[in-house]
Amino acid sequence: MINIIFLSVHQHYFCVKYKSTIMKPATLIPILVFAIVISCTNKNHTDNKTKGNTIEQNSKQEAENQGQASITDDISDSNALQVAKSLPDFTTLVTAIETAGVENSVVNVGPLTIFAPTNSAFDKLPSGTLENLVKPGNKEKLAYILKNHVAPANYPDSQLEKEAEKGRKLYMASGEYLNVLKKEDGLYVGDTKILKTVKVSNGWIHVIDDVIIPTNK
Amino acid sequence: MKTTFKLIMLLLSATFLLSSCGNNNGKSSGSDGALRSSNAEKVYVAPGEHDEFYAFMSGGYSGNLTVYGLPSGRMFKEIPVFSQFPTSGYGYSEETVPMLNTSFGFVPWDDSHHPDISQTNGELDGRWIFINGNNTPRIARISLKTFETEEIIEVPNSAGNHSSSFVTENTEYVVAGTRFSIPVPQKDMPISEYKGNFKGALSFIKVDQETGRMAIKFQVLMPGFNYDLSHPGRNKSHGWFFFTTYNTEEANSLLEVNASQNDKDFIAAINWKKIEEYVNNGGGKIMPTNYAHNVYDEHSHSATSTMIKEVLTVDPTEIPGAVYLLPTPKSPHGCDVDPSGEYIIGNGKLSADLTIHSFTKMLDAIENKKFDGDAYGIPILNFEDILAGTVKSGGLGPLHTEFDDKGNAYTTFFISSEVVKWKVGTWEVIDRKPTYYSVGHLMIPGGNSRKPFGKYVVAMNKITKDRYLPTGPELEHSAQLYDITGDKMELIYDFPTHGEPHYAAAIPADLIKDNSQKIYRLDENKHPYAVTNQSDAKVTRNGNEVHISMSMIRSHFTPDNIEGIKVGDKVYFHITNLEQDFDVPHGFAMIGANTSEILVMPGQTKTILWEPKQVGVWPFYCTDFCSALHQEMQGYIRVSPKESNIDLSWSLDGE
Repeated sequence: MINIIFLSVHQHYFCVKYKSTIMKPATLIPILVFAIVISCTNKNHTDNKTKGNTIEQNSKQEAENQGQASITDDISDSNALQVAKSLPDFTTLVTAIETAGVENSVVNVGPLTIFAPTNSAFDKLPSGTLENLVKPGNKEKLAYILKNHVAPANYPDSQLEKEAEKGRKLYMASGEYLNVLKKEDGLYVGDTKILKTVKVSNGWIHVIDDVIIPTNK
Repeated sequence: MKTTFKLIMLLLSATFLLSSCGNNNGKSSGSDGALRSSNAEKVYVAPGEHDEFYAFMSGGYSGNLTVYGLPSGRMFKEIPVFSQFPTSGYGYSEETVPMLNTSFGFVPWDDSHHPDISQTNGELDGRWIFINGNNTPRIARISLKTFETEEIIEVPNSAGNHSSSFVTENTEYVVAGTRFSIPVPQKDMPISEYKGNFKGALSFIKVDQETGRMAIKFQVLMPGFNYDLSHPGRNKSHGWFFFTTYNTEEANSLLEVNASQNDKDFIAAINWKKIEEYVNNGGGKIMPTNYAHNVYDEHSHSATSTMIKEVLTVDPTEIPGAVYLLPTPKSPHGCDVDPSGEYIIGNGKLSADLTIHSFTKMLDAIENKKFDGDAYGIPILNFEDILAGTVKSGGLGPLHTEFDDKGNAYTTFFISSEVVKWKVGTWEVIDRKPTYYSVGHLMIPGGNSRKPFGKYVVAMNKITKDRYLPTGPELEHSAQLYDITGDKMELIYDFPTHGEPHYAAAIPADLIKDNSQKIYRLDENKHPYAVTNQSDAKVTRNGNEVHISMSMIRSHFTPDNIEGIKVGDKVYFHITNLEQDFDVPHGFAMIGANTSEILVMPGQTKTILWEPKQVGVWPFYCTDFCSALHQEMQGYIRVSPKESNIDLSWSLDGE
């Protein structure tokens, strides 16, 4: 809504601009912001997150608040993202998911099997790797690496054992395939050991201690 | 120059923003011609935003209840009530078949008419909504938490259950009146002996305040008139109930002529508190009868049907002071009571005028015995002594009246196709707007309560004609939305409605939306065939009955390969949805099933019957696009010849 108002005013500005070239955007902005603040007070806008913020932040928040990732309720089982967010071990993963803008995919009905690297897994990456990945220009690359940890499938550990026995590979959301192996001390996927398994409403989370870098990259 | 320019810009911007915000709030006066173009904004609910009101429209001949948003007119759901609904399996699944049981056996359809939302202290409370089935008389109660039909009670000694299902102001009772009088009890007799022998039963159904469970407390056996519509007294008239009558001539043929002979029919005023006291003290007569009471339990996910064999009846002449007749001109149809409870409005459907009775004057006439004879021993009050006023409408064929919160009333006129707004108390006509398409009922959210929400009126038209793109001879009926916040009504939108909405009821969304059920908890599932853990899935045989206790979760059935089924078996699929996630139902369909699919909500168990008739290997699948691997959600059943000795076996992925 604020977006619309902003654009409307902008049109006013352009109309005027054609008549006279004196006005500069810089002088106009304070007026606009002032007008918008007034208008929002009048409107009793229910979204308190928009109060006092700049226009850019407002519109960004409104856009982000759409989609399944923003929905919570107190009775449904938690989905993969909600579980990850509730655990201190996955703060880096959650930040990466949010930075890559793939939240809505992670809460999708799936079914999804997520091999979730812990914070220490990210710490093992060569220095500078993570800092580089979270830069705005590398959003797609980051998303690709994250997708390499997600299988669009229902793989509880019992099923992974079967896959290992039958020598079947796991098809990942990145388009790559991961090997799954059963060793004496447990199950391994992409050469890293599954430490723990958590059922989530839209599939499974298997905790791992390494980031699985796609082989094709 | 610069300064001037800035100033102009500021003014322009501010003006523009303020006016646009006003429009977005819907606060602009609808009567302002310059803002007429803002109608689109008034009904526009942006993607992701919610409507202000839930509107529940009766489905009429669909037998169901549909849920819409106001002001957008978007349809959210069709709730199956009296009709089988293959979409969800309602009335097909083993658990819900008992919901449609009656004393006539399984009746898979009805004609649903007048929804009414439960009230506390005369205000909408959003617990339940009731609706009547006209044809095979029934009253249903629908939960406004699950949006499912939880209970249906048949009404004995009744036919054409039309003056129903209106609630008293604390939902003490939901009331059901017969439209057609009939022999009570039913018997084989000549139709021509109707007059003086048929009875009209008005049923008072007690509602348990905790569970909502309904039970017929008593039936008032009235003279053999037609009881058309009713409304409860409220506020000062709480404790009374008012029913319009027509055919006080007691004609049994060509009623269009023979039931229009009397200049006045009656509004029957029933003092139900007095009758309640009478029956609580042992009054009334128990009559043998037979009717069904069907209750759905949300934990066993199953309905049971119980036949009840007797009903308590009351002869109104045996309770002095309980029932009076208010003369009302010209075959009144709608019977409406204003929010204060003082005025009882009779809409004489062949008249140009509305007759308004005064409750205070009625009490006075009763006290001072201002009677004008009696009908079958029931006192008729003197018309002039109870009349509060007449609305000289200038229209023709008034049907129904609703009220806003500013002392105005709104009446529909069928023949002159219009809504007329008038002032309660002065009876002056303030505004009239054509509806063009033969309007029936109208509805204001909370319009049948002490506290109406006078923002919109919805007019429900019987005819659609050219209103939308043509769809062959059968058209959905049209509803019209008027903004009534200004002095003048303003038509801002119209939208098609499913079935034939007669009455409707609406409630502010805030009163119910946060209570809406999201999932059924698996740990509360008490269905006898529930599978709460995939490893508990099993198949058992008992003679030619096979019970498959199956689970589903994204994206497979357990088991999904079953062998040992034989031609002639009765195969019951008891299917539990193991999901515990909002809005993730799974469906189940079996090739050649003579029933329907079932749509199973998270945590729920449903059962559908399949009787295999052909040898072979037959697939089943999930019908609800549940997940990315929905198309993989399937299974096979091997059907062998009747005499085969293949053992029953089942598996998932070879286990």
